[in-house]
Amino acid sequence: MSAGSGSRNTEPWGSFDENQGGGSAVIDMENMDDTSGSSFEDMGELHQRLREEEEVTAEADGTEEDEGGDGEFLGMKGIKGQLGRQVADEVWQAGKRQASKAFNLYANIDILRPYFDVEPMQVRSRLIESMIPVRMINFPQKIAGELYGPLMLVFTLVAILLHGMKTSDTVIREGTLMGTAIGTCFGYWLGVSSLVYFLAYLVNAQITMLQTLSLLGYGLFGHCVVLFITYNIHFHFLFYVLWLLCGGLSTLRMVTALLSRTVGQTPRLLLCGTLSVLHMMFLLYLHFNYHRIIQELLGSLEGPPMAPMQRVARDVPELTLNASLLMSH
Amino acid sequence: MAVSADEASRPFAGLSDVSISEDIPVEGDISVPMGTSSSNRQRGEDEFSTLDEPVKETILRDLRAVGSKFIHVLYPKRSTALLRDWDLWGPLLLCVTLALLLQGGAADSDDHGGPQFAEVFVIVWFGSIIITLNSKLLGGTISFFQSLCVLGYCIMPLTAAMAVCRIVLVGGSGTVSFIVRLVVVTASFGWSTFASTAFLADSQPPGRKALVVYPVFLFYFVIGWMVLTFSPSQ
Repeated sequence: MSAGSGSRNTEPWGSFDENQGGGSAVIDMENMDDTSGSSFEDMGELHQRLREEEEVTAEADGTEEDEGGDGEFLGMKGIKGQLGRQVADEVWQAGKRQASKAFNLYANIDILRPYFDVEPMQVRSRLIESMIPVRMINFPQKIAGELYGPLMLVFTLVAILLHGMKTSDTVIREGTLMGTAIGTCFGYWLGVSSLVYFLAYLVNAQITMLQTLSLLGYGLFGHCVVLFITYNIHFHFLFYVLWLLCGGLSTLRMVTALLSRTVGQTPRLLLCGTLSVLHMMFLLYLHFNYHRIIQELLGSLEGPPMAPMQRVARDVPELTLNASLLMSH
Repeated sequence: MAVSADEASRPFAGLSDVSISEDIPVEGDISVPMGTSSSNRQRGEDEFSTLDEPVKETILRDLRAVGSKFIHVLYPKRSTALLRDWDLWGPLLLCVTLALLLQGGAADSDDHGGPQFAEVFVIVWFGSIIITLNSKLLGGTISFFQSLCVLGYCIMPLTAAMAVCRIVLVGGSGTVSFIVRLVVVTASFGWSTFASTAFLADSQPPGRKALVVYPVFLFYFVIGWMVLTFSPSQ
């Protein structure tokens, strides 16, 4: 109830013109409160006219302006009608919101398109560069903000992981192999990127979220190569060499890029230490989580199968039952 | 006040008059569609006649449409039939067939029957959607369902390879059978990738075909590898 509405009330001509332009319900509420004889008729006329107008345009303003007239002439019925209209209006608004959301989802593709604007040559050179650390830490290194390469590398890693899980006969009780592989890879990519971005924000490093995602995504190229080789060639020495070589190089590349964009000793140590430890450990985890099982299986096939279980039996008798059930399974 | 209200309402009356006068040419316009509506009516009669036909004919016609698209996949001659009238019946059929054939493997000997079936479904549909979104993001001019249709139909060689693998596995699972399966799966994997590329590549900007083909390659590779590593439970 603004002061403007009060002044309009004393001058019905003005109130007309304002209302035709689509005045708010507030004015009419005021009218209802202190109706004088003069505006009483006007409201009736206005109500009639707005009825017609509403049929044409069905605007929300029209429905709300009606309230004044309805309230005076029809009492409860008017309020009911108002309520119905309000509900209808809300339903309409909700529907509109849903539709615009669905439309936005499709329009979002256009928003994302710049991040996928790459040529095959660029992707290839970035893949190779992801394994070549640059020894330039005084000047900020260029980090490409692009998502095609990282996304494809994550999907490749998912496929490789799926392969590793299948060949190592990993059995996941809750959920599918597919879901686990996707969850692990995307979880690592998005989670560690967010963590690094958060740390970079804390230590005031010059890096954006997009660049973090791109940097870490291309850093997964080394992981893909190492895992693809070692899931097929089960040779421990080879894995450690590749782990240090490929994983180390790709980690070093990310570390130098981050170093060049951070100032100060402690921030650099914090940021790069976190990233390199997480990145190297992730490779170890991916390798041994789905590789050791083969070793165990081979060991159990060679030796007498019940031998490891007997040790358990001595300590906890209940476990024997479980173990024997599992074995029979 | 009433006079002023009348004055104020006159423009509206005029407007309503205008709208009525506008209605007349609209009626004229309506008479123009009348000419086409007569042809519509003829078309309607045609459609009406399909209501009379036996259900068998309707189903057979749809199956024939799906079958002709299968042939297009077998001979990918850059025909646009797959893109022009897409349907998702064929992909669904192939997907279910593949999932059923992969069912009952050694991997799901205990209580893992569900995830295996669901896994195939998820890989096929989720993978196709991702490839489609990727091609859209790279600036492809293909519609969402066209791409889904092509990718779904191009699973056919792999489904056929799965059927062959099951037959070979009945004979035994030695080195020879593995080599046979490897050859069959590799050939069908190449076929699938080649066919889908033939259909999809035209809609892509010229320099970027490799970027679109890579996820397609990965997609069929995963499916092909699932087919190859399948071993029936004892």
